[in-house]
Formats: sequence, structure tokens, C-alpha cells
Amino acid sequence: MKILWNTFLAAALVLSAGAKEIKLLNVSYDPTRELYTEYNAAFTKYLKAKTGDDVVVSQSHGGSGKQAQSVINGLEADVVTLALAYDIDAISTQAKLLPADWQQRLPNDSTPYTSTIVFLVRKGNPKNIKDWDDLVKKSVSVVAPNPKTSGGARWAYLAAYADALEKNHHDDAAARDFIKQLYKNVPVLDSGARGATVTFAKNGIGDALLAWENEAHLALKEFGTNNFDIVTPPLSILAEPPVAVVDKNARRHHTTETANEYLKYLYSDEGQEIAAKNFYRPRNAEIAKKYAANFTDLKLVTLNDEFGSWAKAQQTHFADGGVFDQIFQPQN
Amino acid sequence: MTPAATTFHTPHPVVHRRTTGEPPLVRRALIGVALVFLSLFLFLPLVFVFTQAFAKGIGFYFETLRDPNAWSAIKLTFTAAVIAVPLNCVFGVAAAWAIAKFDFRGKNILLTLIDLPFSVSPVIAGLIYVLVFGAQGWLGLYLNADHPKFPWLANWLNEENFKIIFAVPGIVLATIFVTFPFVARELIPLMQAQGRSEEEAARVLGASGWQTFWRVTLPNIKWGLIYGVILCNARAMGEFGAVAVVSGRIRGQTNTMPLHIEALYDDYNFAGAFAVASLLALLALVTLGLKTWVEHQNARLNRDAEIIAA
Repeated sequence: MKILWNTFLAAALVLSAGAKEIKLLNVSYDPTRELYTEYNAAFTKYLKAKTGDDVVVSQSHGGSGKQAQSVINGLEADVVTLALAYDIDAISTQAKLLPADWQQRLPNDSTPYTSTIVFLVRKGNPKNIKDWDDLVKKSVSVVAPNPKTSGGARWAYLAAYADALEKNHHDDAAARDFIKQLYKNVPVLDSGARGATVTFAKNGIGDALLAWENEAHLALKEFGTNNFDIVTPPLSILAEPPVAVVDKNARRHHTTETANEYLKYLYSDEGQEIAAKNFYRPRNAEIAKKYAANFTDLKLVTLNDEFGSWAKAQQTHFADGGVFDQIFQPQN
Repeated sequence: MTPAATTFHTPHPVVHRRTTGEPPLVRRALIGVALVFLSLFLFLPLVFVFTQAFAKGIGFYFETLRDPNAWSAIKLTFTAAVIAVPLNCVFGVAAAWAIAKFDFRGKNILLTLIDLPFSVSPVIAGLIYVLVFGAQGWLGLYLNADHPKFPWLANWLNEENFKIIFAVPGIVLATIFVTFPFVARELIPLMQAQGRSEEEAARVLGASGWQTFWRVTLPNIKWGLIYGVILCNARAMGEFGAVAVVSGRIRGQTNTMPLHIEALYDDYNFAGAFAVASLLALLALVTLGLKTWVEHQNARLNRDAEIIAA
């Protein structure tokens, strides 16, 4: 009996020492649900083969700004994968959970994949929307999320603004005027990108949706290609959604190593391929070429070139009393 | 509640007399409008929930409910209700007992406090808890700071990985807050109407406080209490706003049923969202059935009492 008990104990000890079960929490923004569901499964398999450890990755999704706020308030994310760098900066400055230079820790400014802002229109493009100028026509109704809460909405706003700057020889007043006209045509401001897509696609509101490129493709996939068309404007913004390990949380959970591995694997061939399959533009040129059919060529301007930095763009445009507050009047 | 019941038992022959002199057309039109309104705004949506739930077949329906994330949401919803309802039940009885049977200073303040969760928006209720217990809140700053005030407590909580906000305790707290008044509000008018004479009689005859409560007060308020518990439970399971703020929406961990429904809907999984919604709707229907039964019991009891009195 005693021998049996001892063997049992020994076996239990060996088992517990061999394969660890590691838990990671990835706090992400709205449209990445499908991407990370697929990626988490791939990563679990990869880590099991590499170290023998079992990893369970939990997901939390919502508007990028709101998610950052939750992490600041104590949502214990091991990694954050948000819509824009400013939101991770906020976690760094307000809660000091990761160092200020977090963006230098991974290649490509910690952005393993990029995206841009395109238009989703009704099938056959009845309002003939081709470029940003077409969105300010009186007869056109545009659905976009709220730049105050949604990361995608901030990229959309900045894309429109950048286009106006390019067309008006960088005349700020003209660009402001354009953006004012544009948001006059927006009847519903959803709080997140996904909500806006549902408003446009499922509830049938609006002639055009300002959407992440990946979100527009996903809508085609979900609702059928015979309902909507994607219109890629000649110019848009290079949207860079960055990723980072939240150092303090990971250290407390003893998951730093796995969390780093999790983000690095996004840059691997398999990670890049999963991103491309989910309509995010991969950084890896080879894989970008392989999936070239998914992505229309267009002129992409960067945030840093047009607006200096996220801190500056945030201050000028989205802070309380900023340009967006000045130009947007809710209509009843 | 009892006009129908009393008519039933009146010894006099019942004379059917019109209570209004409106022409039949007007009456029918009014009844028609009410019926159309009810079916449009109550019945149709309910039918819609169930048809959408089964839009992809019965197999998909049960697959959705068996999904680990859905299952975890169902369990969490029940956990929150199982903790919140008994606590509010005890509190509600205690508060109603104190308010209806005793006079003391600050009674009105207590009444106002009980009503607070009714008047405060659930979102604000959630935010209050984030502000108090969140990492940037005063409690969080006490515990999470680099030099916490009580290092032993902070260490212990960290080792146990004890969390309030964005974890189950926060969800339970938020649920307790929003369902706080249901039992008390149900009992206070009832107990006030019953007065103190029976309790006073019990005391005069030598009953102790507990005896008075168990043998006199509790039997008198039994049905009101059950009614309050049912309402409290319905709200606890359906709460969205306050819970959404404190949940963190971690799938399979801190999503309750209402939050899981929203997540599925946003995943473009409309049939799945409605499958979970149908379960919640079913719970509501069961609640409604229970409520009707309790009302029926209560009415019968009153009737019997009237007969005895007569």
C-alpha cells in the first residue's frame, strides 16, 4: 500500500514538474477577435512542441481606448495588442506597468502587422463613392465609430484629414473644413469599430462605412460578397496597431518568458501568414507577396509624417476641446 | 389585487353592469390598440429571440450552449445570483423589519440609502467600484504601490492573486449593489400595512425577539419575501451595465450571460447570441411563472383570511 502511494506521489511530482500550464491574458481591440482566436490556437501548438508547456490564452476585446483604461485600472493583461501606440503609452505613463520605450523592444516599432482605412459600400456602389471627396456630398450618409473611444475611428479620422491636407497643399483650415463636412454626414457614432460594422452591415444604415481594411474584408466574408463592395481610396493612412508585454503583470504572473515568446511568434512566418489570412498587411515581404491579391495598392501616408507623433495628434485632435470636439455637433 | 376574489365570494347575486358608457366600437378599438402594442413590443421580440436562436438548427443551438465560454458565462451568472440574492434577502428583511416595526433617528436616511441603487445608473455603480477597488483607486493604491501601507496584506493578496475588479468578486459586488433594494422595497410597505399589533401581542405574551420574528413576523411576510426574491433574482441574472464596467470581458472567465450575448453578437455569431439570449429569456419566463404562482397563492391566502374574518 505504502509503495503504491509513493509511486503515485512520485508520478504526480514528475507530471507537475514536466508540463506546466501557463495562462496568458491578451487584452486587445475590437476587430482582432478572429485573428487572435486563430493565432492563439497556432501558438498553443507551437509552444507545446517547443517546450512541452501547455498555454491557455484568454482574450478580451473592446474599444482600444477603453481596453487601455481597463488595464490601467487593474485588468491584469500579460500582453496588450491595441489599435494604436498612444493607448499603450497611456498604460506606461499612467500606471507605469511597462517602460516608456516599449515600442523599441520589438521590430517595426512593435507593429507586426499593419492595416489601413478603406470604405465599405453597398453592392454596385450606387452612390459612386471613389475617394474621400465623395463622402462629403450632401446625399451621402457615412457610418464611422467615435474617435473618442475607438482606435479605428481615430485612424479613419486621421486618414480623412491627411487626404485633405495632401489635396489642399497642407492648408490646415481647409482640412478642418473638410473634416467638419465629413462628420456632418455621420448619423451614428458607434463606440467601437465592430459596433459600427454591425450598424452598417446588419442594420442597413448609411451608404459608406469607414472601416479598417481587415474589418471590411471580414464583413464581406461574414455577410457575403453580393451585399457589399470594398472601395480603396487612392490615399489613406498606414495604420500601425502595436503589441507589447505588460511587464509588471507578466512578472507577477511569472509569464514574462511566454508572453515575450507569444509576441515574437507574431513575426514568424506562420504568425505573419495568419495575419495575412485575416486581412492584416504582413510586415514580411515574402508573405505580403503571397497574399497580394488580398490587398489593393494605394498611397499610404504615415502618422509621423503627417501629424508628427501620436501624442501631438491626440492633443490637437482628440483631447477634450480638440478639433474633433469643435467640429462635431450631434444631430437629432 | 382582490376585487375579483371578493366578488366571487359575495353572497349577493352578481349584477353585471357596464362600468363605462362608451360605444362598443371605441372599446374594441382601445382593446385592439393595447393588444397590437403588446404583441409588437413584447410578444414579437420574444418570438424573434427564439426563432433566431434556432436559425441554424437545434444542433448549433446546443453546440453554442455547450461551448466552454458560454458554459462559463452561465456558471458565472448563477454564481453571482446565488451569492447576491441570499445576502440581499437577509439585508432586505432586516432593513424592512427595522423600518416598519421600530422608530429611530435617521430612518429616512436609511430609506433613501436603500433606494439609491434604483436612482443611480448601473454604469455609475460599476464605475464606483472601479474607482474604489481598481488599481488606480484608493484601495488599489494602498495595496499595489511600490511601498504599500500594509506590506503583509499586499504580499498576501498578491500571492493569493486575489482580485476584486475585473474578477468574480467585482461582478458579485456590482450585482449586489444593483439588486440591493428589491427585497427591502417589497417588504417595507407590506410590513407597515400589517402594523405592530401582532408583534406587540407576542411580546406581551412573553415571546423573545427571535421567537416573535420566526413565529409571527416571518409567516406574515412569507409571500412578499418570495416575491421580492424572485424579482431580485431576475435582475441579478439580467444585469448588464454595472457588470460590464467591472468585468474586463475576459472570455471564459469574467463574461456573464448578458456580456457573452453581446460578445457573440459582435462576433457576427447572431444565431449563437440569440441562443444564449433565449436561455436568459427562458429564465425570465420561469420567473414570470413563479411570480404569477406566488401572487395566486397570496390572493388565495387573503381570500381565506377574509372568509375567516367574515
